[in-house]
Amino acid sequence: MNPTRKRRLIIVLLVLAAAAVAVGLTVFALQQNMNYLFTPSQVRAGQAGAYGTFRLGGMVKAGSIERSKDSLKVGFTVVDADGAMPVEYTGILPDLFRDNQSVIATGHMADGHFVATEVLAKHDETYMPKELKDAMEKAHHGGKAVAASEEAR
Amino acid sequence: MTPELGQFALILAMLLALAQGVLPLVGAWRGNRALMATARPAAAGQAVFVAIAFGLLVWAFLRFDFSVQYVADNSNLALPWYYRIAAVWGAHEGSMLLWVLILNVWTVALAGFSRRLPEEFLARVLGVLGIVAVGFLAFIVFTSNPFARLLPMPPDGGDLNPVLQDPGMTFHPPVLYMGYVGFSVAFAFSIAALLGGALEQGWVRWARPWTNAAWAFLTCGIVAGSWWAYAELGWGGWWFWDPVENASFMPWLVGVALIHAQAVTEKRGSLRAWTILLSIFAFSLSLLGTFLVRSGVLTSVHAFASDPRRGLYILAFLAIVIGGSLLLYALRAPKVAGGKAFGLLSRETVILIANLMFTVAAAMVLLGTLFPLIGDALHLGKISVGPPYFGFLFPLLMLPVVLLLPFGPFLRWGKSEPAPLKSVLLRVVIAAVACAIVAAFFVAGQARAIAGVAAAVWCAVGTLLYVYKRWREMPRGRRYPAEMAGMLLAHFGVGVFLVGVLLSESLSVTRDVRMAPGDTQPVGAYTFRFDGVHATRGPNWHAEQGTVTVLRDGRQLGVMHPQKRTYPRGQVQTESAIDPGVTRDLYVALGEPMDPNNLEGAWALRLYAKPFVRWIWAGGLFMMLGGFVAGADKRFRAKRAAVAAAAVEPALPAAEPRA
Repeated sequence: MNPTRKRRLIIVLLVLAAAAVAVGLTVFALQQNMNYLFTPSQVRAGQAGAYGTFRLGGMVKAGSIERSKDSLKVGFTVVDADGAMPVEYTGILPDLFRDNQSVIATGHMADGHFVATEVLAKHDETYMPKELKDAMEKAHHGGKAVAASEEAR
Repeated sequence: MTPELGQFALILAMLLALAQGVLPLVGAWRGNRALMATARPAAAGQAVFVAIAFGLLVWAFLRFDFSVQYVADNSNLALPWYYRIAAVWGAHEGSMLLWVLILNVWTVALAGFSRRLPEEFLARVLGVLGIVAVGFLAFIVFTSNPFARLLPMPPDGGDLNPVLQDPGMTFHPPVLYMGYVGFSVAFAFSIAALLGGALEQGWVRWARPWTNAAWAFLTCGIVAGSWWAYAELGWGGWWFWDPVENASFMPWLVGVALIHAQAVTEKRGSLRAWTILLSIFAFSLSLLGTFLVRSGVLTSVHAFASDPRRGLYILAFLAIVIGGSLLLYALRAPKVAGGKAFGLLSRETVILIANLMFTVAAAMVLLGTLFPLIGDALHLGKISVGPPYFGFLFPLLMLPVVLLLPFGPFLRWGKSEPAPLKSVLLRVVIAAVACAIVAAFFVAGQARAIAGVAAAVWCAVGTLLYVYKRWREMPRGRRYPAEMAGMLLAHFGVGVFLVGVLLSESLSVTRDVRMAPGDTQPVGAYTFRFDGVHATRGPNWHAEQGTVTVLRDGRQLGVMHPQKRTYPRGQVQTESAIDPGVTRDLYVALGEPMDPNNLEGAWALRLYAKPFVRWIWAGGLFMMLGGFVAGADKRFRAKRAAVAAAAVEPALPAAEPRA
């Protein structure tokens, strides 16, 4: 092998190694940080069971917001057409958080209720996040669409 | 009547853009000088009609013409006049009109300042810009008419989204668009160069000031956006890896790669095809950014347009522009490749490495941003990619760039000797380690803060060493040409930025607390005392205003007034109170009353002490300044006067180390 070829070979190998490392790290980072969105009825159906942290989306049930007397702890119920899920959160809620507002909470399940670490409500009161709308329609229309996404997974 | 005039002006502008997009290109292809000469008047005419349309929309807002749907949706009688002007770009239709207006500003500036460019080349550049303008004007005329009527006319309008009612918001979108759209000039230069083949060697030199200016505007726009998110959204963060932030950040990253690649191509002739490819990427990502922000396909605070027809149009437009230019690139790039070879240890090599890192970083951000769409298309479920994905990969990719940054200027073009680099290395290592040790005593062993100080000193001292070297070795007046001064300012800005990011991220103290009037709460070295809430009002809102007194060692530092505003349609908006400082910001935001029936009682409060947070934006402003200063170099202007010479002139001798 002459020196030029040898140098090219080394460069090609280095680039391949760098690419492999980059792809590996990216896949790792993606896997660690992918959050799925589920509605309460999907969670009740056990679809979220495989995930530690996920996002819960739905509407805040009217009259369900309950504040603690002496801390920032707050409890409320998130509903979709067919299910409900009690949520517990400690912290400051977003400006547009109120009854019948669509929200997305990030967190995990503990003892049959959802413990949120972050609660988002959108800044436009007429706006429902598209992904939430889709998920709620999917959950409502029952088996078919959900089953399809299950298979694909 | 005036709204119809506006629409008419837009249609005329579109026809003129069509002429500007077709005739000069045909002329350049056929060698027909008369057709080539149509470029300038067509561009000027288009600009006039777009300006008329824009002016009429502003006028409609100022006159409360609620018979125009867009005006009725985004303003009301109580909105102050300055926010009524800002409301022009407060939603989808007006933003698009602003996009086209700014494209015309760039086009007219280009036509005005480039009288000495070869006729054919300029005809092609203006032609390409004309085609882009056609795409956007057709988009406005056919899918997003800002002048659509609303009949019967309502007595009062809706409201501008309260989040946008902030001084920062009045200039953030125009400046950001100056950057986005500015990359269309670099794009047009590249396409013109591809069309012209090997004939145009000098084009990169003509493109450089434009690219630098566009990048500097984009930097300024991102800094303003980041500042606005910090001050206005009430979250106290400065960057959220939100899809729309990413949309502006991707062209910025590619833009950094592009301005460095252009320097190599101009000075040495190498990396020519790569420079063209980067120009295509930068502009494509700008278009993609417009698409992401305006189509509403991604969940984001910015996404307000959700009309699928518009999304489809922009998608088709993107496919044509990106596909077409990449096809042209594939066909013509082999003809423009060439340039001088360079050794392993040379300025070209480090610029190339940095280029790769920036491009890969942009690809990484692109993947994370579009992943929810990909997941949706593949029926993987509703996925979002969390900020830690970006937070983990981005610093990793930027580490080599930061490490190499001090050495770039010291390296020579072509081939460099290792000896002088060793002394630079020794000095920056000593400086960084010494400062890190000193810092370790102040930050209580916070590893990220220590790393931040070390990295910042690494960049800043490396840059200052080069400043000193030039000072010693060059005669007065030739020490810092604008191009080099700009580079040094921007590199220094990286150091300032690193201080801000790493120190504020690691040393910030956040408290979400429940406070009754009279309660105190320690936050870091400071004590916050909540003195209750009272009602107040503004021109178009009423608010609960809190009073928070800040104490340090028993001494009063200041009184802060965070607000919870309510706008006419019932939208609630948190106005945080910030006590700024060079070494720290104090930040208070009102949460909600603990008992909605007793506003004088306890409230939830968010309290922050953020050390060095301001350095983040200061660093960004240094980079922006660097971009403008470098773009203003006399060399670019002087050479334009002698374009014929530039086309055949060889690159600068290898021995002269210039940026």
